[in-house]
Amino acid sequence: MIALALPAQDSGTFTPPGIEEIHLPAILPWGAADGFSKQMLLVILSVVIIAAFFLMAARKGQLVPGRLQFAGEAAYGFVRNGIGKDIIGGKDFMKYVPLLFSLFFFILVNNIYGAIPVIQLPTFSHVGGAYVMAGIVYVTWIAIGVKKNGLRYFKLATVPSGVPGYILPIVIPIEIISNFLVRPVTHSLRLFATMLAGHLIVMIAGSGIEYLVTQENLFLKGTSVLVLGGAIAMYMLEALIMVLQAYVFTLLTAIYIEGALHADSH
Amino acid sequence: MNQLIISAATEGANPLVPNPWEMLVVFAGFAVLMYIVVKYVVPMFEKTFAERAEAIEGGIAKAEKAQAEASAALEEYKQQLTDARAEANRIREEARAEGAQILADLKEKAALESARITAQAHAAIQSERQAAVVSLRTEVGTLATTLAGRIVGESLEDDARSARVVDRFLADLENQNAGAAK
Repeated sequence: MIALALPAQDSGTFTPPGIEEIHLPAILPWGAADGFSKQMLLVILSVVIIAAFFLMAARKGQLVPGRLQFAGEAAYGFVRNGIGKDIIGGKDFMKYVPLLFSLFFFILVNNIYGAIPVIQLPTFSHVGGAYVMAGIVYVTWIAIGVKKNGLRYFKLATVPSGVPGYILPIVIPIEIISNFLVRPVTHSLRLFATMLAGHLIVMIAGSGIEYLVTQENLFLKGTSVLVLGGAIAMYMLEALIMVLQAYVFTLLTAIYIEGALHADSH
Repeated sequence: MNQLIISAATEGANPLVPNPWEMLVVFAGFAVLMYIVVKYVVPMFEKTFAERAEAIEGGIAKAEKAQAEASAALEEYKQQLTDARAEANRIREEARAEGAQILADLKEKAALESARITAQAHAAIQSERQAAVVSLRTEVGTLATTLAGRIVGESLEDDARSARVVDRFLADLENQNAGAAK
């Protein structure tokens, strides 16, 4: 970032790309807002990719799996056992596996878009998608909690057991804020912010390289190699974060569901 | 970064304000994906997993059954072998006892036979001796009488008298013999 900032100040002509530049012009003009965008196309594409891959992998259902089926089973088993069974556990974790599975691969594919040249747009760098995903999870775990414990669930979720009475006036508001207000916000913004930041860094590095290469000064031209090296390192880090964020989002969902299911033992 | 945020804010592109159409597309897309996953993907994978688990467990059960059958057969063979050995022992014992019995019977029979033969022989010898004694007595008597008659010239034709004489003579002879033996 320093390498990028310096030339900008020196020459005074480098204008870094802003947030608005990640919103590409609409592919199809639409009546409202921005019309049909690349982001929407990618979301629809991701559904097709995931559904096609897993339907093909699961379709044969052979006892001795082929290569495709094995890959599909490994991916499915990772979410089913690594997240669902380990976090929620018990007998009824299977009920939530479809949600966890869909969340993980939907977010994963939409994040990975950011690492694929030409596509290069992590869908959740647009905050709307992240709000929707976190909202679905928010509604889901509250519904599970109420269904399991009745309206008593809200008391269980906000009044921790074993806390002395005189601390309760402090603890209860904190619990309400952290569980019911902050939780969905952090859940969505964590995903959105990491994707946006990664996307911005790669974009700024790209435009920085472009700017430096077009400089007259040979030394400044040379420094573009440093920026390129930094950009590649950031790209690798971003690719890691894309996978990690999909995992974190799904893992937190499982933890929230588990908390709602066993509210009386927390 | 400050510059970025300022520029973004001034141009009104707040990144935290969502595009409702994008939200709708994401929601619809996720709903479709959920439907496909719930309806097809998860049941198909679970079915395969269940079948696989069943196949493995079935295989184990089958192997256990075969193992049990094999050990049962082995047990049976061992039992049969033990029975056969006991039977052989029993037969051998019986044969030995029978042999001993036969031997004892034979010995007894032989002893009886030899005793019988000995007794017979004794009896025969006794009777022959008796016959010899009787015939000798008669013949010696006649001879002696004849001889004595010739020597004495006296008629010893009277049988009763001569018999008495001979008997007396023989008794004396026996007494003499007995005295000599003493």
